Amino acid sequence: MRISKAWIIAAKDMRVFTRRKSAVYSMVLFPLIVSIGLPLVIHFVGARNAARLPILMNSFSFFFLIGAAMLPILLASYSLVGEKIEKSLEPLLAAPITDSELLLGKSIAAFIPPVAALYISSIVFMALANLVTHNTLGYLYFPNWTIGLVLLLLTPLSAILSIEWSVIVSSRASDPRAAQMQGLFIALPLLAIYVASEVQAISLDTKTLLIISGVILIADVILFFLSTKTFQREEILTKWT
Amino acid sequence: MITVANLTKKFGEVTAVEGLTFQVEDGEVFGFLGPNGAGKTTTIRMLCCLISKTSGEAKIADYQIGKATDSLQIRKMIGLVPDNVGLYDDLSAFENLDFYGKLYECPEGRRRENIERFLKMLGIWEKKDARAGSLSKGMKQKLALARALVHEPKILFMDEPTANLDPESAKTVRDFILELKKQGRTIFLNTHNLDEAQRVCDRIGIIKTKLLTVGTPEQLRESLTKPKTEIKLAQVSEALVSELRKRIPNKIEVADNKLIIDVTDPDKENPAIITAVASAGGQVREVTQIVPTLEDVYLQIVKETK
Repeated sequence: MRISKAWIIAAKDMRVFTRRKSAVYSMVLFPLIVSIGLPLVIHFVGARNAARLPILMNSFSFFFLIGAAMLPILLASYSLVGEKIEKSLEPLLAAPITDSELLLGKSIAAFIPPVAALYISSIVFMALANLVTHNTLGYLYFPNWTIGLVLLLLTPLSAILSIEWSVIVSSRASDPRAAQMQGLFIALPLLAIYVASEVQAISLDTKTLLIISGVILIADVILFFLSTKTFQREEILTKWT
Repeated sequence: MITVANLTKKFGEVTAVEGLTFQVEDGEVFGFLGPNGAGKTTTIRMLCCLISKTSGEAKIADYQIGKATDSLQIRKMIGLVPDNVGLYDDLSAFENLDFYGKLYECPEGRRRENIERFLKMLGIWEKKDARAGSLSKGMKQKLALARALVHEPKILFMDEPTANLDPESAKTVRDFILELKKQGRTIFLNTHNLDEAQRVCDRIGIIKTKLLTVGTPEQLRESLTKPKTEIKLAQVSEALVSELRKRIPNKIEVADNKLIIDVTDPDKENPAIITAVASAGGQVREVTQIVPTLEDVYLQIVKETK
């Protein structure tokens, strides 16, 4: 597999994303809400109940993981179903590229913008959260192991999972919105975990996060095989179009 | 350049193409004529290594289709104009071509040179920065042609390149194909436009799941349909036709004031036929030799397979 070919495809897809307002908005809106909105919530909660701050801030870290599951789906759907709608798969598949180079290119394009947006927003989130809690807590809460694990391990694993899932659902969808709707189901288990942490049914400590990472990793491997089986030249041309 | 032997493709129980055998020589324009669903696109897709074959053999140059190691080599040396243009609407005309040039590993300098050359040849250079989605249908088709050529392929596969184009755009595309033919490129052209096939193709294959016949347009016309002599008379009567049938052995049809007579060698037979008509009492106004068109040949062959 030649990474250079995958990169050419990824660069083209990312250029297409920049021309689509809905894709740009979706990459900006969620990270913006998380990076600015959540510190505001922390600020108000901290003023009333300082003891709850650490639990709340750890739970809020989980939003980056939910974002990592949701945002790549929006791009991957455009990238895959968009090719289907524009009927551009045939000339693309006639080019000297392998199926895996094409799949990797599409995956890179759906991975980099959301993960980059989430990383940037996480820096803003941590800075603002520290700013509003420093006086109350007496120390800088972020960075810590929880957000470190979420950002460096769970976010990429979760993004990969959602891209693989998108490949599978895109093969059956005929418009990007339908693919996005089906794709977003992948975020539901993560939302459930977040809710469970909010009602203190589980604690999002390092151990729990490592277990979640392990589960997502296994799901990544299973979906990798399923998505590569779906993403085959003849299958794409005769059944996707 | 292209050698196909007994090539068959089945989709489940449905046979899309069966037992195709033909060759396309270097620098030849080979036309594939057939009705919708005849297997033209399936054939191109197999030859472009887009879908697998069920059985049979096909070679592009020395590379075999269906062989994983040869597929990339084949794709490097071919260009494809699919039946749907398949452009990226959000990218400019230039960006569309540049992307494909990169995929085909065309060095930057040559890539830019080729993009400019082909867009100028097709008369859409001034649209290079326009979004592909904003171009007219004809312009999009021209852009798809340029895309297939940006890496200077040895063989060009075109799947109905003038379908749904206005006459002017269709002419530009046809003239461009003739220009490419002059340059010595091998072209495999799928079409159901008989006039187009006749104008641009060196040889034509007529397909309807199976390959029904192959030949030059002249060979097809000569081999499959007999010439006819049309004689326009002042008046045609039953008595005249009956008398004529006694005098000449040829098959005679009547249409209005015309007699349409099957002939084998018009130069030899026509004088005797005209003399017979005159002596039977017919007043000859006009004699025309009907040369069968490719359309006649095509319709006859396709009809025979029904």
